[in-house]
Amino acid sequence: MAVEVRLPAARKRGSEVLLPETNRHLVAPGDTITTDTGFMRGHGTYMEDEKLLASVAGTVERVNKLICVRALKTRYNGEVGDIVVGRITEVQQRRWKVETNSRLDSVLLLSSVNLPGGELRRRSVEDELAMRDYLQEGDLISAEVQAVFSDGALSLHTRSLKYGKLGQGVLVQVSPSLVKRRKTHFHNLPCGASIILGNNGFIWIFPTPEQREEEAGGFIMNLEPVSLPDREVISRLRNCLLALSTHKMMLYDTSILYCYEASLPHQIKDLLKSEVMEEIVMETRQRLVEQEG
Amino acid sequence: MAWVRLSEAEKVYIAHGVQEDLRQDGRSCEDYRCIEVETDVVSNTSGSARVKLGHTDILVGIKAEMGTPKLERPHEGCVEFFVDCSANAAPEFEGRGGEELGTEIANTLYRMFNNESSLDLKALCISQAEHCWILYVDVLLLECGGNLFDAISIGVKAALFNTRIPKVRILEDEEGSKEIELSDDPYDCIRLNVENVPCIITLSKIGHRHVVDATLQEEACTLASLLVSVTSKGLLTGMKKVGKGSLDPESIFEMIETGKRVGKAVHVSLQEILNKEESLGKQRQKVGFLG
Repeated sequence: MAVEVRLPAARKRGSEVLLPETNRHLVAPGDTITTDTGFMRGHGTYMEDEKLLASVAGTVERVNKLICVRALKTRYNGEVGDIVVGRITEVQQRRWKVETNSRLDSVLLLSSVNLPGGELRRRSVEDELAMRDYLQEGDLISAEVQAVFSDGALSLHTRSLKYGKLGQGVLVQVSPSLVKRRKTHFHNLPCGASIILGNNGFIWIFPTPEQREEEAGGFIMNLEPVSLPDREVISRLRNCLLALSTHKMMLYDTSILYCYEASLPHQIKDLLKSEVMEEIVMETRQRLVEQEG
Repeated sequence: MAWVRLSEAEKVYIAHGVQEDLRQDGRSCEDYRCIEVETDVVSNTSGSARVKLGHTDILVGIKAEMGTPKLERPHEGCVEFFVDCSANAAPEFEGRGGEELGTEIANTLYRMFNNESSLDLKALCISQAEHCWILYVDVLLLECGGNLFDAISIGVKAALFNTRIPKVRILEDEEGSKEIELSDDPYDCIRLNVENVPCIITLSKIGHRHVVDATLQEEACTLASLLVSVTSKGLLTGMKKVGKGSLDPESIFEMIETGKRVGKAVHVSLQEILNKEESLGKQRQKVGFLG
């Protein structure tokens, strides 16, 4: 039993000295991006007195003559090919609605999922009626973005054995801008758990499956209890992810692993304390800098 | 109430975790998340406190106003509770959406303070059957992250501790007309004795065990939970069951015992930090809402 009451501590300014200088052009709302009038005004910018100003805080991106500001604190803006983790909110006619932290709910069409057993055929009325048996409200899925509609809503697909319904594990939600874009977002970490880093900021931590059970196509859930050592690893990873995200560190396999290793001397529940968080994040930062430089 | 939707497998994972005494965030069944308490955050109240418990964020303000005592209790003041669920906490609270939850919490607070020992109401009386102090306790829910009742009761206790009521004197002239005189010194005030103010401990039954300080995810897995209000001496002043599930008598006893044990610990740590905060006095850096 542990009950700890404390006084709130004021937020400290981040220590930006440790990270190597990157050539990102960062702006705050109202900052002048350029006084050159030859540019076109894109998202996140506005014109005033012949000057181009930023309307959001973020990084400046330039494509030929077009200048945009990509906001750092934002909902998820999907791109084709992104890997996302989402939660089913609605079952509709021939489609599921999926919550993916975007402005609009994404859709998953019945024709863009693998049928149980990996059968390949046209979807019949029976399939339509059995939709709730495949995925019901509240279920978590991993999927890939197939298309972006004109209003910004996403169309997802799970037509690969990598994707599909998620079983037992823990979901962590972070800001989508903290997930680093990599070649692969599925990782089997050497510490004994696996992780899916959704581009939408939903991160799924789950025990590493012993062998791929492919015949079910990912619709049959394993509800056997997860062993205690696996749970400890998952909880520790969860707290590490939260520590990294509160200190606004980019999340990718190396940073997560370093943070996990830095956290090992501490008890899992102590990782919720702000001073311990700060300590392990500092250590992680140090190691990342050493590795890079 | 603000709630989350979980898949079957996630619920199973949480339930098995509770069985093994290792919750999602690494806490054991009887661990609280770190509670952050700050008092004196709103300057135009008699006493205020802000409590953060995980994502739960509560602001409590107490305003003392002069009024007439209730007819059946002529030499006592009274305490009124009001809970406002801000639509910032959850979109469902917009408009009148939060009223139901607010009333439920306020009624629970009335119930736990409805006894002689919790608060010395006689101290709030100014002149019998004519004037007394009425304490309006206003709770504002800023963010819901599970375990609202506990956080609110901690906030109420901290705000009561922080409350300063100006001293008044009754002057009577020869014709018998009374006049109330307020002390000129703003620091001349009475404080409330909060030693016996209870805190609510919510025990949520998950599987065969119960946990304290459930997160939103864990609340989604509970069928029934028991609220016990415990004083610092371990005295039970109220009890309430919430949720649609049922509890068997044996587990209720177990839960009460746990509630008392945890409750005492909560009171000890809370009192410690309130004293510490007060001893810091003006040196303390106020964090407030922009920290």
